Amino acid sequence: MDLKLDHHSEDNLTIVDVEGEIDVYTAPRLRELLIDLVNKGNFHLLVNMEKVDFLDSTGLGVLVGGLKRVRAHDGSLELVCTQERILKIFRITGLTKVFGIYASVEEAKEAHGRDK
Amino acid sequence: MATVELTFSALPAHVRTARLVATAIARRTGVAEAILDEVRLAVGEACSRAVEAHRLHCPGEPVRIELRDDAGRFEVTVTDAAPSEDVTPQVLEANGSLMPEIDNLGIAVIAGLADDVEVLPGPKGMRIRMSWPASPNGVAAL
Repeated sequence: MDLKLDHHSEDNLTIVDVEGEIDVYTAPRLRELLIDLVNKGNFHLLVNMEKVDFLDSTGLGVLVGGLKRVRAHDGSLELVCTQERILKIFRITGLTKVFGIYASVEEAKEAHGRDK
Repeated sequence: MATVELTFSALPAHVRTARLVATAIARRTGVAEAILDEVRLAVGEACSRAVEAHRLHCPGEPVRIELRDDAGRFEVTVTDAAPSEDVTPQVLEANGSLMPEIDNLGIAVIAGLADDVEVLPGPKGMRIRMSWPASPNGVAAL
């Protein structure tokens, strides 16, 4: 399956919906979107990965790169993910301690609201 | 022992094909369904690393992958032709800070996924061999 990307803003939060496979072939498109969003002043990003079928280290690198960019503007990049096979790669690499990972968009929005 | 060999041009689009082939053969070899995701990810990581290395050093050379059913083990070997130095798997620090280099993250992921991993860097290329338990009778045992 290819990669489908969509995004919309709610209050101060930009939600990026990702569907499909994030790998060495498709990850550049996600990287471009994240860079574009940051360049346009969106510094609080929530990447919804609930429809991601596959994620490899290339995708992780893109997410880490996005996090570094938003942090440069005192922003945030957090994730929505409940799939065990996707969470496993975050655990293996220690990235569960780096990213805020939520069970749903609503849960993330509530946490984001508390932090504002 | 049954072996499937695959060579592919060093293009990112072909990595997905390699993943699909490896997963299909792992299933047929008798690798447990619960482990197939790990096989798919580890093979994808090894092939991605090889493709990136070839694109830097030898874009015209193909990447080679061997998939072997060997005495109750499913063994995958990914071989590239790009010169490589010693590789140490890295894991990101868990203190919330980001390490500047994540080049070897793929190797770290493979090390975390495969049951048995051997990474052999060298001036003529790197070979990553990894294996998982499989049913001795392959898919017939299911």
